[in-house]
Amino acid sequence: MSNLHQSWYEAGARERIAALVDTGSFTEYVGPERRETSPHLGIFDLPAQFDDGIVVGAATVDSTPILIAAQEGRFMGGAFGEVHGAKLTGLLRAAKALNRDVVIAFDTGGVRLQEANAGEIAIAEIMRAVTEARIAGVRVVGLIGGRAGCYGGGGLIAGCCSTLIISEQGRISVTGPEVIETNKGVEEFDSRDRALVWRTMGGKHRTLIGGADLFVDDDAAAFREAMLAALVRPAKAGSVRNAAPLPVGKGERPGLDLATLAAEQDRLERRIARFGDAADANDIWRMLGIDNAQAIPDMPSAAFATLAAQYRESADDAR
Amino acid sequence: MRQWNTRKQMREERIAAGRGFATGKLVDPETLVDFLEAVLRPGDRVCLEGDNQKQADVLARGLAAMDPDRIHDLHMVQSGVVLPEHLDVFDSGIAKRLDFSYSGPQSARIARMLFGGKIELGAIHTYLELFARYFVDLTPQVALIAAVSADRHGNLYTGPNTEDTPTVVEATSFGSGLVIAQVGEIVDTLPRVDIPGDQVHFVLDAGKPFYVEPLFTRDPAAMTETQILTAMLAIKGLYQPYGVRRLNHGIGFNTAAIELLLPTYGEKLGLKGKICTHWALNPHPTLIPAIEAGWVEQVHCFGSEVGMEDYLAARPDIFFTGPDGSLRSNRAFSQTAGLYACDMFIGSTLQIDLAGHSSTITANRIAGFGGAPNMGSDARGRRHPSAPWLQAGAEADPDTAAPLRRGRKLVVQIGETFGEGNAPLFVEKLGALELAEKLDLDLAPIMVYADDTTHIVTEEGIANLLLCRNADEREQAIRGVAGFTEIGRGRDRAMVERLRERKIIQRPEDLGIDPLDANRNMLAARSIKDLMLASGGLYRPPSRFRNW
Amino acid sequence: MEILHFDIAAPVPAGGTRAMALVGVVASGNLEVLVERGDAADRCAIEISTAAHGFRDLWDAVVADFVGRRAAGGLRIAINDGGARPDTVSLRLAQAVRMIEEPEA
Repeated sequence: MSNLHQSWYEAGARERIAALVDTGSFTEYVGPERRETSPHLGIFDLPAQFDDGIVVGAATVDSTPILIAAQEGRFMGGAFGEVHGAKLTGLLRAAKALNRDVVIAFDTGGVRLQEANAGEIAIAEIMRAVTEARIAGVRVVGLIGGRAGCYGGGGLIAGCCSTLIISEQGRISVTGPEVIETNKGVEEFDSRDRALVWRTMGGKHRTLIGGADLFVDDDAAAFREAMLAALVRPAKAGSVRNAAPLPVGKGERPGLDLATLAAEQDRLERRIARFGDAADANDIWRMLGIDNAQAIPDMPSAAFATLAAQYRESADDAR
Repeated sequence: MRQWNTRKQMREERIAAGRGFATGKLVDPETLVDFLEAVLRPGDRVCLEGDNQKQADVLARGLAAMDPDRIHDLHMVQSGVVLPEHLDVFDSGIAKRLDFSYSGPQSARIARMLFGGKIELGAIHTYLELFARYFVDLTPQVALIAAVSADRHGNLYTGPNTEDTPTVVEATSFGSGLVIAQVGEIVDTLPRVDIPGDQVHFVLDAGKPFYVEPLFTRDPAAMTETQILTAMLAIKGLYQPYGVRRLNHGIGFNTAAIELLLPTYGEKLGLKGKICTHWALNPHPTLIPAIEAGWVEQVHCFGSEVGMEDYLAARPDIFFTGPDGSLRSNRAFSQTAGLYACDMFIGSTLQIDLAGHSSTITANRIAGFGGAPNMGSDARGRRHPSAPWLQAGAEADPDTAAPLRRGRKLVVQIGETFGEGNAPLFVEKLGALELAEKLDLDLAPIMVYADDTTHIVTEEGIANLLLCRNADEREQAIRGVAGFTEIGRGRDRAMVERLRERKIIQRPEDLGIDPLDANRNMLAARSIKDLMLASGGLYRPPSRFRNW
Repeated sequence: MEILHFDIAAPVPAGGTRAMALVGVVASGNLEVLVERGDAADRCAIEISTAAHGFRDLWDAVVADFVGRRAAGGLRIAINDGGARPDTVSLRLAQAVRMIEEPEA
């Protein structure tokens, strides 16, 4: 009826998966009919969800087999619990064993308070599983653009991914805006100043500062296109720009190694040295050489993507 | 010998007393409280703006900071009780009596204070009614108003949020009262003159803009499938068959959903140009897609809305604008437009009883009336015919000969059967009745009376009260759209089916609507950002609505 | 949590061949409905898990209305309720039936 595109932001976990994979190719692991629900939420009189807020399984994209996970941001804010975390850990271990690339649609506020210990352990297990998979040559591609953003432990996991794709609505951070305000005061960070929140942790800023790699419109088709591009990139350090396009998933896959980690450490140290004293993202953008920094938040996606390609801090050599 | 200019003399005394704290008309902000104590008298009738949106906030703070030993027992007459200071003056004894219209933001506190005897209540009014009394028995002796800017003569620019000001100043100034204006800045030349300087006695440069509540922005992201379903029902079951071109939408998600369905669902039904062409309406951002798609010919506004100023100025064919290009709103005239020049009012409420009376008053909250009683009333003084008006009149009274049969304004209550906090919309006894008992009021504060209400729309269907011939039919028609509430479950099923056959009740299926088709893809905009894009970037949403 | 069970006659049998369908999300004011095939073609079994205690009568009315209006026979339904309004529950149940009748992908 409406001629609007399919919004990634509006879509649920299952709709996102359907938009990314070849039609009918998705097989769910530990699906809702298995009723593997949280053993903890009932104690707090909180309702469970049959898939514990994450959908995981196998599919094909352009006929290439991958493994895929999507968090449901509307259930418990997409937060990690024991079962939720275990499903993702298991998927990543399977990816290593099967040598399949993994796509993760993040939509999470971090760890569930009600399952704090299990959740924190899960984050650590997932980070290890991501790393081991990448060492084995698997690509782990993160997609961020949902209501809950990618916070807390989710932000940490995202930092371990091979490629991050983000839209304007997306946010990546470890600490959330309210917690920053509580700890540092409203003068330092007013969490109700939403423009400030987005300048600090939102998709456009993350793209410009090298915290995300590919910027897309809030459009499921755009996320799919970027995902395909990410699945073709070499799985480890090396210039991406000159790489000839390879069929998805195929080609040289030397994997994550110590050299990559060292390069990433270097990149982060350089970044802090260069931008550490900046008071606001506007200052950073100006330092990047962008004249009209204030225009960035209202800039339409296509124009921003062009600008970003020219001026952004890249992580291509490191991540 | 009787003196005939006592009021003018009193005003002269006040002005003389005030001059000690001012340079000409310009009050020294450092001495605001002393100034107010000098120009006011105990027991004065004071109008403090207190509009629905804009607030003379600096003057309100000054008022609340006065010494109650010097100034006390004021009678406040104001349309909106919005700021904490509006009630602080009652706590301290500076004010004693209150006549007002709307108290949404202070609904809990004002209830406590009324029950606690801290406020002597004159009456709760609808806006136009309160304005009317400014010219009869509630003429303010002092008016504290809010304007955007002033020049050195005291001419005022009130801009998009002109709202109540011309009405307040007219009554006060020409009734020999004192007019004191808070402005954001003093300039050499105003963009336009909204209030002439000889109606204004003192001006305070507050150094910053007056406070404005963003009230009419409804985030499309929060709209539910059920609200979309009620909107589809309204368009197909009411707007289309009655051919409603001139209307007012009350504030709320259901009406905002109707606005967002015009360019999509309305278009599919072929209704462009046939409905929703002329509006008495605040500048709802959710109307932007319909305006851009060519549905709207003209809108007159009660007030403005935060973030909409540039869009309004860029659409002077649609909105009322001054020679400077910015919006000119006027609540009194918009209310009059809604009374006499609109064929439909449609809005939402919190409670409806079995007769069809509706109210927003609950045990602990008194939000007042605002404009709804006026907009949602049949205007018996109306004389000009229109097709929807005549059609409704014929449904209500088929037996009277046509030349003697007045029409009826369509007055529609729309909402889900269960509202906020899963509270049922339909109740046996209105909270308003309990309030009347508690406060010993002559009248229960009813927002829209049963005999003005023509239709009720819920997700279960449309009840046409015009076609009901007795109280029983009315009750069952209401129960028949009351869904799973206790009222709905208590329906006489056989009778409801008979009412359905007579089209007194119409279900979605009867109108060819499948509830499962109601989904968010039908909205012409699904987010605040979509609205901004639809406006070509002219609409600048307030910070709280951003997610970019 | 309160767990409610209903096992009622459902005159109209559900169509389609899908083994399972899932609609909705457990969020505030929302619910998820998992539909699977049951044993008896003329009965519908519904299990509801809800944090809102004491609303059995209301669920009863919604369920009765559902099996009266929709093709619910032969279905086994499990609901996780996030405090949804009755009209939302009705909508999701109807959506779930529609989904399980959809042709296999």
